[in-house]
Amino acid sequence: MQHDQSYTGQDFKVVGSRPKRPDGIDKVTGRARYGADMSAPGQLVALMLRSPHAHARIVKIDTSKAEKLAGVKAVLTAADLPDLTNGNAGDYATLENCMARDRALYDGHAVAAVAAIDKSTAKKALKLIKVTYEKLDHVTDVDEALKQGAPQIQPACDGNLGGRYEFGHGDCEAGLKEADVVIEKSFKTGQTHQGYIEPHACLATVGPDGSGELWVTTQGHFTYRNVCATLLGMDIAKLKVTSSEIGGGFGGKTHVWIEPVALALARKANRPVKMVMSREEVFKASGPTCASSMDVKIGAKKDGTITSAFIECRYSDGAFPGIWGMLGGMTAWACYDLKNCQSVGVDVLVNRPKVAAYRAPSAPMMAFGVESTLDMLAKELDMDPVQLRLKNVAREGTQSSYGPVYGPIGIEPTLEAVRDHPHMKAKLGPNQGRGMACGFWFNIGGQTCSDLNIGVDGTVNLTVGTIDVGGARASLSLIAAEELGISYDDVKTTIGDTNSLGHNDTTEGSRGTFSSGMATIFAAREAIEVMKSRAAQMWDIPIEAVSWENGHAVATGAEHGNLPPLSLKEIAAESPTTGGPIAGHHEVTADGSGVSFASHIVDVEVDPETGRTQVLRYTVVQDAGKAIHPDYVEGQFQGGAAQGIGWALNEEYIYGEDGCLQNPGFLDYRIPVCSDLPFIDTKILEIPNPNHPYGIRGVGETSIVPPLAAIGNAVSNAAGVRMDQVPMSPPRILKALEQA
Amino acid sequence: MRYESPTTAKAAVDLLSKEKGKAYVLAGGTDLLVRLRMDMIEPDLMVDIKNIPAMNDIKKTPNGGFKIGAAVSGAKLGANKAISKAWPGVVEATNLIGSDQIQGRCTMVGNLCNASPAADSVPAMIAAGAKANIVGKKRRTVPVEDIVTGPGKTALAKGELIEAITLPKKAPKSGDAYLRFIPRTEMDIAVVGAAVSLTLKKGVVEKARVALGAVAATPLLVKEAADAIIGTSLDDEALEALGAACSAACKPIDDKRGTVEYRVKVAGVLAQRAAKIAYERAGGK
Repeated sequence: MQHDQSYTGQDFKVVGSRPKRPDGIDKVTGRARYGADMSAPGQLVALMLRSPHAHARIVKIDTSKAEKLAGVKAVLTAADLPDLTNGNAGDYATLENCMARDRALYDGHAVAAVAAIDKSTAKKALKLIKVTYEKLDHVTDVDEALKQGAPQIQPACDGNLGGRYEFGHGDCEAGLKEADVVIEKSFKTGQTHQGYIEPHACLATVGPDGSGELWVTTQGHFTYRNVCATLLGMDIAKLKVTSSEIGGGFGGKTHVWIEPVALALARKANRPVKMVMSREEVFKASGPTCASSMDVKIGAKKDGTITSAFIECRYSDGAFPGIWGMLGGMTAWACYDLKNCQSVGVDVLVNRPKVAAYRAPSAPMMAFGVESTLDMLAKELDMDPVQLRLKNVAREGTQSSYGPVYGPIGIEPTLEAVRDHPHMKAKLGPNQGRGMACGFWFNIGGQTCSDLNIGVDGTVNLTVGTIDVGGARASLSLIAAEELGISYDDVKTTIGDTNSLGHNDTTEGSRGTFSSGMATIFAAREAIEVMKSRAAQMWDIPIEAVSWENGHAVATGAEHGNLPPLSLKEIAAESPTTGGPIAGHHEVTADGSGVSFASHIVDVEVDPETGRTQVLRYTVVQDAGKAIHPDYVEGQFQGGAAQGIGWALNEEYIYGEDGCLQNPGFLDYRIPVCSDLPFIDTKILEIPNPNHPYGIRGVGETSIVPPLAAIGNAVSNAAGVRMDQVPMSPPRILKALEQA
Repeated sequence: MRYESPTTAKAAVDLLSKEKGKAYVLAGGTDLLVRLRMDMIEPDLMVDIKNIPAMNDIKKTPNGGFKIGAAVSGAKLGANKAISKAWPGVVEATNLIGSDQIQGRCTMVGNLCNASPAADSVPAMIAAGAKANIVGKKRRTVPVEDIVTGPGKTALAKGELIEAITLPKKAPKSGDAYLRFIPRTEMDIAVVGAAVSLTLKKGVVEKARVALGAVAATPLLVKEAADAIIGTSLDDEALEALGAACSAACKPIDDKRGTVEYRVKVAGVLAQRAAKIAYERAGGK
């Protein structure tokens, strides 16, 4: 059924309140079940053998000794995973990434797997597998990989060029001629990992009839089902995937890594197989985000009008081409109304793990280049950085740098809120500096399918298929309660397994609450239609004379208006005799997700003798469209900023000369600890998305876009040196100070 | 792997000396169990010393110092007011190891015997003039600076273990301090560590010991650095000489935690800052 998706501007009763999340108590008491918390009778433990080389031809794998070891039930290599991908390059890349075929393409690339009765047997078996490698030259740096003569990683690519995407309009060369000032600068960012607390984990079973089940930590169990079924030649309907609670994903759990291998081992051994990655495996062989290298050139008039804006950013995709350059290219200049702008995103292959999304993937790097250069321009023009941005800001009706003409958007209001925020006026001490920066993210909608079932006691089960990564069950319960006119406590929202609902796209692109919120609204409205007809039956009046108000069926008109209203509970209680269960259902490809903008302010102190940076104060201003549950909107704002602070200051994949990762653990891959962060202050703006009944925009990702640049600008103001490389680690800052 | 939990030092020594395979001493286990889990070691025998009563005690020595048992946790050390007052640098250094949870388990002796160049408590112990009481075939007492011989290597012979650390009596008008550099605020490993212990006479430094961590294969006792401040009232010139002596003593490596250049520079900076704190604690103005 089609419904009108446009914004209604209605007043809310429960939406916008802050009740406790339904999954909270289970999570703090340890009762919640995550990926590694499920076991099955007779289960085997699976471990992966991984390449110790950055790049090597696999000459031979001898598994005979491992297979003979008592307690080993299955050994798997690429030979057990025939190519069933039917020419689909993306699926083939996934297959090759899950298990190396003729070549190991990065340090940690899986080459074989074992399932055994326990972990120590599996460990012994791994040692008995003999892999003969022929080492190949490797390259891990994004700029080195593009040079003539660099080792080629994928034979089908042109050198290591995975793709090149250009966006923009006007004529940048002509724009430079109009400019009074031109700023040109190059920047680099290190490769970072999402750093989710929960490693990848799953429990796989495949029965003799070929039907399987997978319990797994994931952001998209339907996607995992489809990909695993494709790679293993199973029917989609015969693989049931159940999502566990998720201990963080941030984009890293949008792709399969160990799951097809666990299923293949289970099928081969005819036993349940549990597979859990170690932290080292997570770093080496899941999907971090790209390292990048970029060149920026901006020209402007003396009054601050930008006449020309150019950026090229090269992204390291790991060993398989992705769409990271394209995404980055689209975001680069999106905050601004520019006559002449161009952005180029380049995907580059290197001997590093296959990159996955990380919260607004590719945008933080572009923002680092763009927003740092804008601050340099502001300094050159002796202009306030916020004023410079406001002078060039995009508004409703602006032709965006990546194509579409904007509807109502929030960048100007976030900048005005920053300009007027008390944080901007607070005093700074010695060695302290303040920076600000803006950020953009698209958000997406996508396929969604929800069920709403009303019990005889009038409580409501809402079943959705989008994974709850940040409080979505609370938000969706609020939406159902709002529509039905009942209490939040009377709604229980569950993430359904893949057999219980139609396809739902992965929770990515900040789509969970936007799309499932829309499906929930319309499922509830369908249930209301059913309840109106049941009330009409109970009253024995025509359905046309029944309306729905505040959780009650109301009889209308002179003839029936004196009937007392029937509550949802009363109608539900009679449902067994008035036609059976009451339910609503909705499936949709949710369009019009509504773009998102944020502006951040940060104060830092830089120790001039050690180069160490302490973040003192941080403020996030972001447009949420409508904050359904403000706590969890604020949580997203704070979480993105916290991750951005880590990325800006210390997090980085460090590779040795041998092309191997030197810091695959939280000791030397330094995510911020609690005491590294100040309280992150937030300000939610609500500029309604015209394409959603409640005005919702996605809120999960934009908050990681400005921090690299905001902190870069703050460090620059504190220390008097422009940092052009992220992370701005103490040795880099000290070196910059000494060279200044 | 065998796990043994003797109740006397002698029994522990017997177990360790008779074992033909690889034997390890387990105190808090905050390094050992991590290495075990990461498959970095495959012990044949693990001797847990936590059930040896004497090793869980902190005692005053007859001459006014302290004897700290090998199984005394960082948290227990931190709760001891007398040691915290006498040797704040040593206690602070030990309490920097890991998190609150780790503090409930980790020990100074474990930190020493793990023999990491970056161990936090070791430079502080060296600066304080601490000694290790070793049991084995014979008992012997060795200055802490002579225990670590290289990364992961100690001067202990097979069948030997350290049963306690002794700290000398605190001299009047003395103070100590330890500072480490980490990029984060906690839960990290020292990129550089610097400890200073000094005694004043009429506002002038009469005695001093300066030790550095994470800037060479072993923690360093830097005599030239101590000489740079002895006889001074820690004026700017003395501090500069101290920093230069510390930087000159560094033999660091370039690694994922820091560059040679960075460690050399920051070793001097931290030593200066630690010296100022120690000076103030000694009553200097």
